Amino acid sequence: MAFEPRIVAFFCNWCSYSGADLAGVSRIKSPPNIRIVRVMCSGRVDPTFIMKALSLGADGVLIGGCHPGDCHYAEGNYKILRRMAMLKPVLKAFGIEEQRVRLEWISASEGEKFARVAKEFTEQIRSLGPLRRNGLPHPNAGVEKPAAVSAS
Amino acid sequence: MAKPKLALYWAASCGGCEVAVLDIEEKILDVAAHFEIVLWPCAMDFKYADVERMNDGDIDLCLFNGSIRTAENERLAKLLRKKSKVLVAFGSCAQEGCIPGLANLTTKEAIFRANYIDSPSTVNEKKILPQPETRVAEGTIEIPEFLDEVRALDQVVPVDYYIPGCPPQSVQIAAVMNVIIEGKPLPPPGTVLGAGDKTCCDECPRVRKEKKITRFYRPHEIIPNPDECLLDQGIICMGPATRNGCGGLCMKANLPCRGCYGLPPNTVDQGAKMLSALSSVIDSQDPAEIEQIVGQIADPIGTFYRFSLPHSLLRRVRV
Repeated sequence: MAFEPRIVAFFCNWCSYSGADLAGVSRIKSPPNIRIVRVMCSGRVDPTFIMKALSLGADGVLIGGCHPGDCHYAEGNYKILRRMAMLKPVLKAFGIEEQRVRLEWISASEGEKFARVAKEFTEQIRSLGPLRRNGLPHPNAGVEKPAAVSAS
Repeated sequence: MAKPKLALYWAASCGGCEVAVLDIEEKILDVAAHFEIVLWPCAMDFKYADVERMNDGDIDLCLFNGSIRTAENERLAKLLRKKSKVLVAFGSCAQEGCIPGLANLTTKEAIFRANYIDSPSTVNEKKILPQPETRVAEGTIEIPEFLDEVRALDQVVPVDYYIPGCPPQSVQIAAVMNVIIEGKPLPPPGTVLGAGDKTCCDECPRVRKEKKITRFYRPHEIIPNPDECLLDQGIICMGPATRNGCGGLCMKANLPCRGCYGLPPNTVDQGAKMLSALSSVIDSQDPAEIEQIVGQIADPIGTFYRFSLPHSLLRRVRV
């Protein structure tokens, strides 16, 4: 079976999620590979979320926030901008191509842009191929947690 | 009544945890008086076969330090799990992988090549690499297999408790020993013992201001002000992403926290947490300037994951 990328997206409530919504109600076609998680602000996207998505089977992670200067919370989007700059060299050291993680500014009126980014990113991940994390399970899975201990 | 049995084991470790046990000073006499020591390869002469002969659950308490690097480490982890009532991941290596775990940034093949072929001082014309079994005239000799990946103890067997630190602080070890010797009830399994439940910043006496970092310094590039937060001064201090319990030793020596007490409660990935904390305090909104400031951090992954790489979400380099 051909490889279909699995992409997790974190979109901010105020701009990008509404932008994706607009693409939907405007009947603009976009690839179904992107699963969107709505967060209140792109500044809420902790690097832990991105790493967890990648460790649990996502082939790429897309983050959408308001354009610089437009953040509902004034500067949340700058936080994710700085995090991405720090995250990329770390992902690289883990052997993960930096093109697998992308930050885009998508406003509530940019349904077209959402569809374009979704298509571009899906194709980009498709050409990179599956992430396949060494076939390893989640680090906290596999070994059962001990039941109660009877101390003596 | 027979004394409860105590085992101390080292897997892939530096021996610092063993010294930390002895550093509890005269308390060690109480430990020796209270327990019958049944295995302690660093200090006493017991054989693995002695442990194999025991019944399951015979050992009352096993303090296991070191990460799982070789097949021998793994075999002993499984054996001691079976023979022990309470298995404690003792120290950062057993808890999260620690320094040996940084080997997960490369592969077994690359490590062998660097050590046995490429290193300038090595002469190995036949390119001989370590083999688990070698036939010689007298028969077959064995060494433990070098595994593909370094793992923490709880990635191999279930673990009851964790005592963090590189090494665990002696006062904390003594306190935990006291609880056991006095027969006080033990906390629920999975608990981190001998540490706090906040971050290192919580016990740091330095004065904090609103952080605005425009330049990072490595510790040798600056003499920090001893009274101000090191992070405020642009030195990467792992305090915000590290569990407290050590007493803020490094900061008292005017050095940044390296993160050895591991991830704080309610977090899953120490490096991600530090990355997040650090990027919140960089004082720039310009992508080019941000790149330039971030570029000043030498070895980001080795800094953020110095003690916790095998236990991180991404765990090892992708091959």
